Amino acid sequence: MDYVIEMLNIRKEFPGIVANDNINLQVKKGEIHALLGENGAGKSTLMNVLFGLYQPEKGEIRVKGEPVKITDPNVANEHGIGMVHQHFMLVDTFTVTENIILGAEPKSGTTVDTKSAEQEVREISERYGLKVDPTAKIRDISVGMQQRVEILKTLYRGADILILDEPTAVLTPQEIKELIQIMKTLIQEGKSIILITHKLKEIMEVCDRCTVIRKGEGIGTVNVSETDTTELASLMVGREVSFNTDKEPANPKEDILHIRDLRVKDTRGVDMVKDLNLDVRAGEIVGIAGVDGNGQSELIETITGLRDAESGSIELNGQNITNLSPRKVTESGVSHIPQDRHKFGLVLDFPIGENMALQNYYQKPYANMGVLNYKEIYRKANSLIEEYDVRTPSEYTPARALSGGNQQKAIIGREVDRSPDLLIAAQPTRGLDVGAIEFIHKKLVEERDKGRAVLLLSFELDEIMNVSDRIAVMFDGQVVANVKPEETNEQELGLLMAGSKKQKEGDS
Amino acid sequence: MFSNNRLTNILIPVISVVLGLLSGAIIMLIFGYNPISGYAALWNGAFGDAYFFGETIVKVTPYILSGLAVAFAFRTGLFNIGVEGQVFVGWLAAVWVGTAMDLPMVIHLPLAILVAALAGGAWGFVPGFLKARFGVHEVIVSIMMNYVALYTCNALIRSVLTDNDDKTEYVNDSASLASTWLSDLTGFSRLHFGFIIAIIGAIIMWFILEKTVKGYELRAVGYNPHASKYAGMNVNRNIILSFIISGGFAGVAGAMEGLGTFQYMSVNNAFTNIGFDGIAVALLGGNAALGTVLAAFLFGTLKVGALNMSSSGVPQELVDIVVALIILFVASGYIIRWALSRFKKEEK
Repeated sequence: MDYVIEMLNIRKEFPGIVANDNINLQVKKGEIHALLGENGAGKSTLMNVLFGLYQPEKGEIRVKGEPVKITDPNVANEHGIGMVHQHFMLVDTFTVTENIILGAEPKSGTTVDTKSAEQEVREISERYGLKVDPTAKIRDISVGMQQRVEILKTLYRGADILILDEPTAVLTPQEIKELIQIMKTLIQEGKSIILITHKLKEIMEVCDRCTVIRKGEGIGTVNVSETDTTELASLMVGREVSFNTDKEPANPKEDILHIRDLRVKDTRGVDMVKDLNLDVRAGEIVGIAGVDGNGQSELIETITGLRDAESGSIELNGQNITNLSPRKVTESGVSHIPQDRHKFGLVLDFPIGENMALQNYYQKPYANMGVLNYKEIYRKANSLIEEYDVRTPSEYTPARALSGGNQQKAIIGREVDRSPDLLIAAQPTRGLDVGAIEFIHKKLVEERDKGRAVLLLSFELDEIMNVSDRIAVMFDGQVVANVKPEETNEQELGLLMAGSKKQKEGDS
Repeated sequence: MFSNNRLTNILIPVISVVLGLLSGAIIMLIFGYNPISGYAALWNGAFGDAYFFGETIVKVTPYILSGLAVAFAFRTGLFNIGVEGQVFVGWLAAVWVGTAMDLPMVIHLPLAILVAALAGGAWGFVPGFLKARFGVHEVIVSIMMNYVALYTCNALIRSVLTDNDDKTEYVNDSASLASTWLSDLTGFSRLHFGFIIAIIGAIIMWFILEKTVKGYELRAVGYNPHASKYAGMNVNRNIILSFIISGGFAGVAGAMEGLGTFQYMSVNNAFTNIGFDGIAVALLGGNAALGTVLAAFLFGTLKVGALNMSSSGVPQELVDIVVALIILFVASGYIIRWALSRFKKEEK
């Protein structure tokens, strides 16, 4: 067998835990090899071992058959290993070329030879179909482009083996398609790719083989052509996982949320929501589908009071809540699981217990005469931690130290526990593994069954199709169609999201 | 994977102080002075007899309050570099109330302190308001407010409180913190009851930040304004409030000088540095109430003890160098943090 990378019996310990144990990973030349595992299973640790950021306690690494010791990332580079991290490491105010040559600048005399570097970057970009403008500034290009710059950076440094750490987590569906194309081109040009992910569909679509890690242990490697998503999921989680959210047909009742002719501008003053109408009824889940940037975020910010509407009305239970403060909106019966949990959902430096009181810290019994009752706050937090299975060393642990899935469960516990009339969930499962996704979907359906109105915003069509009772497609600031998930398919939704009018007008 | 953060947080300032003292010793050696007799003189100058001890406490008292002012703002994500000016206006306000009125002590003294706090708070309001309303950076505004305070106070002393004099009247006894009992006890030092007020100030800061609903909001806004807004807090109002409370602490620091140590206010040609040193005190004290009290104590000790160092032939300026070195080591605390974690790694 002709392996470019072999990691044999790798063991990596951290104080108190074994992050990797007995893991084998063998990557063939010219293949896309998936590394699959839940959040915290040890995928990133293993890749950091390969990239020289950690030293393994046991095990052997071979590059093209030769045993090697990778002591730091520079050594990894010399062996042709390049890594694209989940969080990009780019200088915002530099151009693409400047970022790519950073640390390996070509010189002419004493000055940096930007011209020839630009030429080289352009050549690589064209060869692999990256379509990157070498002279653009990083801050002016999209996240998807920035990711390509990271890929270019590794190629510029001569990488043959690319490690991509959850590359699709930050991308829109379109960008994901383009990335998959790029990966295929890279393989044709003889590169090998290790794809870290927990998205099963992507593995089925692009990968040749897949190595599964569970709780730090190697479970094995399978050929993707001989498996399916169900098997992969149970290998990853260690039990049967259901993808289809079990739910009874919806039984919608009266209107809870009633939006008419809503107009909203974004921070730059551009119209983002244009005369939008939307109703959400008690006992139904309405999913908002759409390509990112068609006004979805602005819509939710306006409902929740974080952004002011230009005109139009938002009613909750018949009461006008347009342009009320976030506190007033919350108190009138709206819960909000925010899109960006680190920016809006949590105060990361606060203990997780105090984060769970973020919406009602000022109310009895958590406060009395302006003084906090920590005993009550932490008692409540403890019961939520138990009920929502938030895995944390203690309720006093800073929120920052929890994994993404557990942070999200804490937020969901806090928001759902208030028994809101309207529950807004914006990308509630972004970046989470299948176990956590299953849990969150179940909770949303439970809330619906309790007679609450649920508004779900997601860029994952699977999630929209699976969880929603009704789908509102947003395009260019408007709801362009209302469809039932059982009466549509991904092709139709895709077309609607791209702005083509629905064939059967007015059947919603 | 639990971390012993608390221990590290205590270790870092302690190590910084030790390193600062050590480098001070090395510098003394280089210049041919005896560090042992130098530090002995410093120690004696601060604690050698009752008088020195009294003077040390006199020095520590405003440091505690100015340190609290800076720490409070830091904890809520703001940098109040205008404590110096807020001390000035607090000082002047306290002296004004202390000289212009004749009231029973139970009313007069608290009133004078309260007015000082309000004056400092009003001075703090300006940068807070401008930041909240127009997004002007608080550092720039609060620095400039220092100069406004300095020269406004001078002008008021010359033209309003006196008839073109350089120094106000002494405050009435009913507004004075001074105590003949404390003074007698400490060999006729200027020791006054202000230190009790400073300790109460530290307790108030701890209580506000750690125990109250407002404190929860202020800390939340300091850490993450976006999440605070999402949770329905009024971010801008909290920024202004934080600056007012911070300025209030600074104003009371001024009252300590005006009602206790000096009992008057004179025209100043330059800053007193009580406010600027407060930044270092807060930094050394880890922006916590107790830490600030301890750090203020260390600062006061070094400053007063320094006056005695010349008796052992060591120039007083050297003490300023040692103090500066300690701050330097605290400010580069992450280096020590790094060294500590490195140390731990080696062990296992």
